[in-house]
Amino acid sequence: MSQSKATLVVGGGMSGISTALELSELGRPVILVEKSPFIGGKVATFNKYFPKLCPPTCGLEINYKRLRKAANLSLHTQAQVTKVDGGPGDYTVTIEVAPRYVNHKCTACGECAEACGSERDDDFNQGMAKTKAIYLAGHMAYPHRYVLDKEACDEADLPKIKDACKYGAVDLDETPQTLTEQVGAIVWATGWESYDVSKVDYLGKGELPDVITNLQMERLADPSGPTGGKILRPSDGKEVESVAFVQCAGSRDINHLPYCSGICCLASLKQICYVREAAPNAKVYMFHIDVRAGKYEEFYAKIQADEAVEIIKGKVASIFPEGEGLRLQVENIESGESLKVDLDMIVLATGIVPNTADLPFEATMDDYGFLMLGDAPGIIPAGCVRRPADVATVVQDATGAAMRTLTQE
Amino acid sequence: MEHKLGVYICTGCGIGDAIDIEAVAKIATDDVKAALCKNHECLCSEEGHAFVQADIDGEGLDVVALAACSMREKQAELTWGDTWVERINYREQLAWCHEPNDEDTQWLAEDYIRMLGARLGVTSKPVPHIEEMSDRVLVVGGGITGMNAALFAAKAGKEVVIVEKEDALGGFLKRVHKRFPVLPPYEELEDNDIASTVEAVADHDKITVYLSSTIGKIDGAPGNFDVTVDGAGASEKVGSIVMAAGFTPYDASKLTHLGYGEVKDVVTSVELEDMASEGKLVRPSDEGDLDTVVFIQCAGSRDADHLPYCSTTCCSVSLKQTQYIADANDEAKTYVLYKDMRTPGQWETFYQQVQKQGTIFVKSEIKSVVAGDDGGAVVTIEDVLLGEDVEIECDLVVLAVGQVPACKSEQLLKLGYRQGPELPSMDAKLEVKSDDDEEAEVVDRKDEVTGGFPNSHFICFPYETRRTGIYAAGPVRQPMDIASAVDDAAGAAFKAIKSVALMSEGKSVHPRVGDMSWPDFALQRCTQCKRCTEECPFGALDEDEKGTPKPNPTRCRRCGICMGACPERIVGFADYSVQSINSMIKGIYVAEEWEEKPAVLCLVCENDAYPALDMAGTARMKYSPFVRFVTMRCLGGLNLQWIADAMAKGFDGVLLLGCKAGDDYQCHFIQGSELAQTRLSKVQETLDRLMLESERVAFHEIEIDNFGAVPGIIDDFMEKLEALGPNPFKD
Repeated sequence: MSQSKATLVVGGGMSGISTALELSELGRPVILVEKSPFIGGKVATFNKYFPKLCPPTCGLEINYKRLRKAANLSLHTQAQVTKVDGGPGDYTVTIEVAPRYVNHKCTACGECAEACGSERDDDFNQGMAKTKAIYLAGHMAYPHRYVLDKEACDEADLPKIKDACKYGAVDLDETPQTLTEQVGAIVWATGWESYDVSKVDYLGKGELPDVITNLQMERLADPSGPTGGKILRPSDGKEVESVAFVQCAGSRDINHLPYCSGICCLASLKQICYVREAAPNAKVYMFHIDVRAGKYEEFYAKIQADEAVEIIKGKVASIFPEGEGLRLQVENIESGESLKVDLDMIVLATGIVPNTADLPFEATMDDYGFLMLGDAPGIIPAGCVRRPADVATVVQDATGAAMRTLTQE
Repeated sequence: MEHKLGVYICTGCGIGDAIDIEAVAKIATDDVKAALCKNHECLCSEEGHAFVQADIDGEGLDVVALAACSMREKQAELTWGDTWVERINYREQLAWCHEPNDEDTQWLAEDYIRMLGARLGVTSKPVPHIEEMSDRVLVVGGGITGMNAALFAAKAGKEVVIVEKEDALGGFLKRVHKRFPVLPPYEELEDNDIASTVEAVADHDKITVYLSSTIGKIDGAPGNFDVTVDGAGASEKVGSIVMAAGFTPYDASKLTHLGYGEVKDVVTSVELEDMASEGKLVRPSDEGDLDTVVFIQCAGSRDADHLPYCSTTCCSVSLKQTQYIADANDEAKTYVLYKDMRTPGQWETFYQQVQKQGTIFVKSEIKSVVAGDDGGAVVTIEDVLLGEDVEIECDLVVLAVGQVPACKSEQLLKLGYRQGPELPSMDAKLEVKSDDDEEAEVVDRKDEVTGGFPNSHFICFPYETRRTGIYAAGPVRQPMDIASAVDDAAGAAFKAIKSVALMSEGKSVHPRVGDMSWPDFALQRCTQCKRCTEECPFGALDEDEKGTPKPNPTRCRRCGICMGACPERIVGFADYSVQSINSMIKGIYVAEEWEEKPAVLCLVCENDAYPALDMAGTARMKYSPFVRFVTMRCLGGLNLQWIADAMAKGFDGVLLLGCKAGDDYQCHFIQGSELAQTRLSKVQETLDRLMLESERVAFHEIEIDNFGAVPGIIDDFMEKLEALGPNPFKD
């Protein structure tokens, strides 16, 4: 057992946060490394969870509260593990930390952003909005400290930003840092990215503005998202009157992702609830191969019973512009009918791709890039790097990963 | 309590520009009797920290109160060793949401200082409850989940006791022939290696196994459970419990509509495992060859008359079993009749593999299963595509039956808890006692079972159970496959170990993890009304024969619901009590009627409403400055006395901001928000007595992400109060 040495947890999404907190509260030192400027991962960008339709920020608030109290946990954001040497019980890891240009003196008062004229694409809002070049990702951003996107910032704005800060928090001369840490165990929880829809020709190649991904839908429905929670057609801001959810957008498809991402059916069922609430008169369709609602049958049954929602078994053949909207072609597998459906908006239920490219250690993986326990001796994968999973399963797995760091020989 | 208090006002982030610091300081030193009150332009800076530290060292302060940003900010910076730190939110909930240099904003700032002073007068720093504890782990169930939980805990150095009702370890897996693939390339069936796990458990010197044994009784509380093991006749002391009793397959005798029990050649998926293990893959009726086999999915699952849920594994089990048939007879035809094929994740690969090998998959409704003329069976399905019925003659029908949690039909833990012997299921409701209730009858709980799955209601916190130190794992918690059960065992074992580690230091577990306060009961004033013992969501309170509560501090989660339940107001924590909130209410200055300034008390839940108020402030949203926020651990701690006192003191209204209640509750303490609303339904009596309008007291559910709505809720309430006119009890 590696008792005294710290545990390195890589990835500050729901898995990594959970593993790190569990270990830290047990009294184990933890180093938590996140590549983006804020933690919370995908979950922080979700509007609600299925099936309870509760906001993820509610649980994040509890977790952030725990983090604030965790004296033995050090968090590095904008950081990546680039090298892992040694073995179980005795690793030396190299962590590269990119400059934030805003130091710990930041009070998150927002004066810097007021002074900044430059803008950047808001990745937190899936590119559907802009932020200032110095920004926080969302209202719950953790750490609650601004970050400067120097590349997006006009030279002329830099001194304005610096002068606006009364607390000396803006440090434009910050340089990249390299940290070397000794750790006893490593948990790899780098999460996932959405499958790139531009690779899927028949679903519009990502070129049609009113064909959005399920991740974009989360932001559209969020009360603090780019539309204030209104579900508006991106091309012209029209309130949607018809929406289709296209399941397995690249999933269960040997040309794209051969596996099933397990959560997209439930995510779409949840998003159907968003549409039904925000645009109660809208007609909603869901096209699927199978509806995989797993352990939440009751939730599925509730949506099946909604007369405004048509759930049709059929793999979508094509999507193309039609008038001001979109047309979708699909064969209804149960009736044999060939359908043409005109729509305001289409939501692609894109799948989960594990973030396991360019690992700093040797690992065997399955053909899809998922890490198995034992693929890299001593390194414990947790969460969606192991398999596609919903949040409850991921946290369960992250807790198990904490256990596995204790029992690792 | 006597404190040496230092008040520090941060003038940064706009606070100094919004209020008259000198005037606030005068309140702090003159009214509140702080030893000192100072201001600093940036308390969270190194200089600010040293500034306060110098006084702690030089003046011997024991409480440092910071009128600065929200308590949700800068915690690491604003900490001085063990010194008691109080935070007053002058930034998000004052300077950022109210008019600067306005007399109403100033009045708010001064009230918050008075409220703090009043509270400190009746509170003290919690002294942790520490008792001698066992860190041994009891594992109920010796199947794959239980054995793995035991191995994880034992490898982490803990002693483990496994209680297994059968005469051998292994559980359901003893009946499983092979496993469906969970390792790449997900194409080959995997060997059932349960024997090696059984061996590892048997060989581990930290694990004691009682076979042919069940739990006779579990008394005590986390850290000190006394376990009676029936069968083995043993007694064990343990600190925490992993409940891993697994599942039973759905009772197929209820599936006569699918031919079970009526047609000889209809078997369950479990019986097919036995047949495969015995190498007897033949027709049960006449031992004939299996040339055609039909698998019926969701046999009793996703069916309102049987199991309404999906057991998540049966599709993959049937896929596996098509391979048993193919291995025995490579000419055999197999059909899978399904509603939806559910093979999430990498299991999909195996599904594709089985499709390639020629198994025929038909989405269909089963109309009937009858005996064939010559043995076997005839399955009639409705083929939606053809619009007609199709008959499939076959040698064997396999019913894919779902998982029923073991706790559904039998008692597993037999806890000596006043609230019942088992883990509550997800949908189990608490009882709320009303004033009109007769003396509670003695509830006979001796046959009470859990009912549904004792899973966590919380998506972010899947190991939350309503019984501290007891964690369900494996298919007893929710339907799952073998690999998931092993992962779940790891998580539950961790939680079991961690819970005792925290408790042994007097610390709470989730969600107030690390909290060292605990509720104290002034029992000499108890009237045995039993409200607290009934309403505690965590079963922390037992009762003696008279109905006097018997607290168990290690079961407690520190929500304070008991203190809201108690009509005699005898329950309190060192730092949080009926008196502490009462004193804050008394500390608020209520303007006299001629001043025409309303006074409103607002009780806010610290978990969701408080952060929502912070975010509204950060967004610089403005709302009425006449509202005084009092933060609660959970609104379930609401004591109606506060409302009565506030109204009698001349407050114009009381607003409560809590979490969402109902089936999809967001309350972190299960039913705190619902309890608050139930209690509030009885506030009318108080208002009637004072001849006040019921609209003066309102409850709103706040979802944390909907912070933008909070200012509107407050201002609407203020408008309603304005229409009602001032409370006549004002001076």
